[in-house]
This record gives sequence, C-alpha cells and structure tokens, in this order.
Amino acid sequence: MTNNIKNYNYPDSSGHFEEFGGKYVPETLIPALNELEEHYLDQKSNKSFQNNLNNLLKYYGGRETPLYLAKRISKELGYNVWLKREDLNHTGAHKINNALGQMLLAIEMNKTRIIAETGAGQHGVATAACAAKFGLKCTVYMGEEDIERQKLNVFRMNLMGAEIIPVTSGSKTLKDATNEAIRDWVTNVENTFYIIGSSVGPHPYPMLVRDFQSVIGLETKKQFKKQSGKNLPDRLVACVGGGSNALGLFHPFINDKVKIIGVEAAGKGVATNEHAATLSKGKFGVLHGAASYMLQDDNGQVTIPYSLSAGLDYPGIGPEHSFLHKIKRVDYHSVTDEEAVNALQWLSEKEGIIPALETAHAIAYLLSEKNDIEKGEDVIINLSGRGDKDVNTIAKYLGNII
Amino acid sequence: MSRLKKLFKKDRNKLVVFITAGFPKKESTEDLVLQAIEGGADMIEIGIPFSDPQADGPIIQKASEIALSNGISLSVIFDQVRSIRKKTDIPIALMGYYNPILAYGIDNFLNDCKTSQIDGIILPDLPLDEGTFFCEKAKSVNISPILLVAPNTSNERIKLISKLSQDLIYAVSILGITGGDMSSKENLKKYLLRVKDNSECPFIVGFGINSSDDVEWFNNYSDGAVVGSAILKKVLNDPTNKPVYNFVKNLKGRTK
Repeated sequence: MTNNIKNYNYPDSSGHFEEFGGKYVPETLIPALNELEEHYLDQKSNKSFQNNLNNLLKYYGGRETPLYLAKRISKELGYNVWLKREDLNHTGAHKINNALGQMLLAIEMNKTRIIAETGAGQHGVATAACAAKFGLKCTVYMGEEDIERQKLNVFRMNLMGAEIIPVTSGSKTLKDATNEAIRDWVTNVENTFYIIGSSVGPHPYPMLVRDFQSVIGLETKKQFKKQSGKNLPDRLVACVGGGSNALGLFHPFINDKVKIIGVEAAGKGVATNEHAATLSKGKFGVLHGAASYMLQDDNGQVTIPYSLSAGLDYPGIGPEHSFLHKIKRVDYHSVTDEEAVNALQWLSEKEGIIPALETAHAIAYLLSEKNDIEKGEDVIINLSGRGDKDVNTIAKYLGNII
Repeated sequence: MSRLKKLFKKDRNKLVVFITAGFPKKESTEDLVLQAIEGGADMIEIGIPFSDPQADGPIIQKASEIALSNGISLSVIFDQVRSIRKKTDIPIALMGYYNPILAYGIDNFLNDCKTSQIDGIILPDLPLDEGTFFCEKAKSVNISPILLVAPNTSNERIKLISKLSQDLIYAVSILGITGGDMSSKENLKKYLLRVKDNSECPFIVGFGINSSDDVEWFNNYSDGAVVGSAILKKVLNDPTNKPVYNFVKNLKGRTK
C-alpha cells in the first residue's frame, strides 16, 4: 500500500525526519556541520550559485539526461517502461550531480582539501573528476574488498589524480570506508570538506544530497509530461543502497498521486545472513551520524552486509528512506543477486543498455512476480548508472573469465 | 555526595584510566581495572566495544575488535563491573557509542548502571544536540552524563554542555581521534583556559595523552587527565607482567 500525503516538508529545522536523521557525531564535527548547513541554506537561494551549478551540470556533466521509452521491454511486459538515463552522465552515474553541488559549496567555504568515501567507486570517480576540474587535492577512502571488485574505477580515480586509501578494518567495504572518512574529517576539519556520496550521514548531508539529486526527478516530471502527453506517471522505481538516486527521482513526486517503489539488495536472499536489505531485516539504530534502520545483531553491533553489487553493500540506509518506509509513502522491495544479474542481461539484450549492478536491482523489480504493476501503466525507472565498471564481476558470477 | 563530586572536590592531580572491556581476553576487564587502581588511577573509564568506533584511533579500534571477537557484551560488562565494585570505591564511568545502548534499551541500560553502581556515562556520538533526552533520564537516576567539548566548541556551547552534564565534562584535547598527535602546548593552554572559564562543572582532558609529563601538565590546566590508547598499546604489545599497573604507576610518578 502506498499512502499519498500532502505538503511534505522534511527534515525539520533540527535535521530530523521524526525519529530518524539528526546529528549523532563527535562534538568536533558539530561546528563543521552547522557551518555547512548555514552555507548551504544561503546558497540554495542564491541565483549565481544555482546558475553556476546548472551550467556545470549542463556543460561538464552532460545534463539533461534523456527519458527514454524502452519499447521492446514495454511490449514484452505490457506496460510502458521509461528509463531516466542517469547512466549517460559524465563519469557514468547520477553521482556527479551531488559531487558538483558539494564541490561548489567546498569552494565557496574556502576548503582546500576534499575527502570522500566510495563503495562501487562511482562516487569516488565523480568526486575525483570534480576535484581535478577545480584543482583541489582529493583523498578517497575505499574498502579493500571494493578496491578488488571495482578495479576499473580505482584506476580511473588514479588517472584523475586522486589518492586512494585502502580501508582494511571491519568488512573492508563501504561501511568501513565511511568510518575512516569520518575519522579523517574529525582530524582535518579546519581545511577539509567531506563530500558524502549518498543521502546518509549527519544532518545536513541527507538533505543536501537529496536536493542536489532532485534534478533527476524535476527533469523527469517535465520530460514525461512533454513526451507522453500525460500529467504524471503511475509508478517510480529506483534501487536503494544509501538511497540518493532514489530520493533524487522520488522527492519531486512526493506530494503527487504516484506509486513509489524502492528496491534493496537481497544478496543471496533475505532468509540467509548474506544480504543488504536494511528496511526488510534491519532495526532502528544510530550509524554514521544518523538515526535510521540498520543491520545489526541483538547487542547493537553492526553486522556485515552482503551484495554482489558494491554500491548496495551497506548495512544502513538514508534516514529519509526509513521515514518514507514508516509512513508508507514508499514501498520497499528486495531482489537477489541472481535476479539482478538476470535483469542486467535482459536489459542488455533487449535494449542495448548495460546497467550498473546496483541499477539492475531496480530493473529486476519489473521481472519479479511480486510486483503489482498493471497492464498499461507508465513506469519510470531511474537508470542510475552504467554497467561498464561491473563487467568483471558479472563475468566472474556467470563463470566466465575476461 | 556522589563519588564523582567527592573526587573532583579534592585538590590534587587526577589520573583517569581508560580500559576497553573484554580485552585482551573476555575476562581481562577486572584484572586490568584493578591493576590501574593499584597503580594509582583516581577514576576508571570502561570502554564498551562497538563495531564502528568513529571517534577512535587504531589502538582502541583494535582493542574493540578483539573484545568483540571474545564475545563481550553489555550484560557481561555489567557483571564485570558488579564484581569490580566489590573491590573499589573510586568512580567508574562507562564510555561507548549510542547504538549498543539503544539496542540494550535505555531504561534497561540505566537500571543496570544503577545496580552495578556506575557513576558516569560518556558517549562521544551523542552530542548536546541529540543528548537531552538521554542525559535528563540518566540524571534522574543519579548517574552523571559526561558530555564532550572540543577545541572548536564555542564558549556559549561549553556553557550549555556543562549545564546539561552537571557534574563533569570531558574536553577532547585535539581536533582528532583517540591516540592522535597533540597540538602545541600554547594552543592547548588557551583552549583549556577557555573551557575553565566557561564550564560550570569540573572537566577532565583526554585524547593523545601518554606520559607522566603530560599528566602533570594537563592537571595544571584542568581537573584531570585521561590516558587510554597509550595504556592499551602496552597491553597489546605484552599482556603479561602487569603492564597496566606498571604504566599507570609510571604515569602517576611525579603526580602527587
């Protein structure tokens, strides 16, 4: 069931989505977060900042991205599937929308050093590109396991002059890269800007990442109206790890009569211990500066998630998603590695588009018997990233060696 | 009068020792705490290990990881504290992250703090902005929340933090994580005088303190020095031959 609501206005002034969100961080970061919020709210209504960002998104990032009616799969499924082609952005995913926005804030705040965490490497690549473009020093924290499965992105970051610091603690993935980035920020808070890659972390990050990504939904709304002649689509679908591509698409439609579906990674299945389905299997808690759902054991220790897709391999989820789940504005589903890889092959064969493994989870929702999509619907999928980075992982999964 | 208040009324140098519970063995907590007390510690902080210790440097991270793999948990820690409490009357605070406490249940946690005679609670990821509910609850059962201030905390905020804490606050000596490098003594002095001027309660200083000279120096500008990573490092290197007793005794050395 999807509830429709009116006048959605979150987070509140203290950065909460009711019990979710907030600023659960060491004292050292509080002044930095307050400073960031102040600057962001200033720039949000500043025309020259917004023009500057829009120009960068257009001429550097390649916006706007097409909304593409995928006719062959639409015919097969009996309803219209529209793909919002964020994969066509510079650096290959939606991540550049947010990286450019935060980079402009960093410059405006006179920060000279950029740090970032990355899972799949897409946010790391986007941040490295922006840092190179503006001539700032950039350090990216990345789990050792992710470095192994996303070698291509590591090499791309290196080419653009970023320093990659392998993280060997804990699960050696995105969660631990985030811990390490936070420790760096606590230590170098005076000259360093932390560009967080998803709608996670302490306030104001979940809000500002969502806002920078909302360009996806705003464009989609206009494009859909123009191309279909209809007012609104019936349904939106996006994959959810931390949840920034999903919120980017969803947020401009949140007050509209549209069904909204988020798709989490079920890894080897939610009945196993190897998944990253935070909303299906997690509990309320505090991780990386925010209150949200997270995967944890009975003692409140964060458990190690699993997904074939590095970008979804995260035990937490953005606080706004926890809230949207609670108020039932968004329906959350989960799909397994196997379903995602099948969907990836299906889209590649039918439309000549190889989606990222993360994105393939959203595609897999279309093929799931559990969806309740009706014939004739208009369904918009956020095609959040391209699959070039994943070809080694997929080949290995399918038993091939490239 | 509470143990904390009594201790900080005394006009002498104070050494607070941090020990990660369940490290290096699950049952080591009591032995290491008693070694610290025997060596001259005035107050003990017992670290509750967490899988994602954001405010901690490599040594406490390592100790926490080992303790968790030993199967330490809050209920075991409370049992250990009850046993320690039979042997000492110095103040004991728990230090940890908010999530294990949420999972344990706040009421349940405070109740067990009470029955095991814990004096204070330090939660680095529960700042003033989020901490009112928890801190008021703790104070209502006479347990002192000990909030942190940092070198970049404003004077106004130091006041508010000390008001909410009431009995004691914890000044982080550096912009950084536990075990980090100390900044210049001149900067530190300015910062500590600022805390002293603005705090309405006593304050201890920690992060990166590792020698008897440090302990003495910090006591000149605050109400006590906390040593953690430096002690756990000794235990990591060689857990035999009473490493905590020897090191604490040495830290206390000239601090009389």
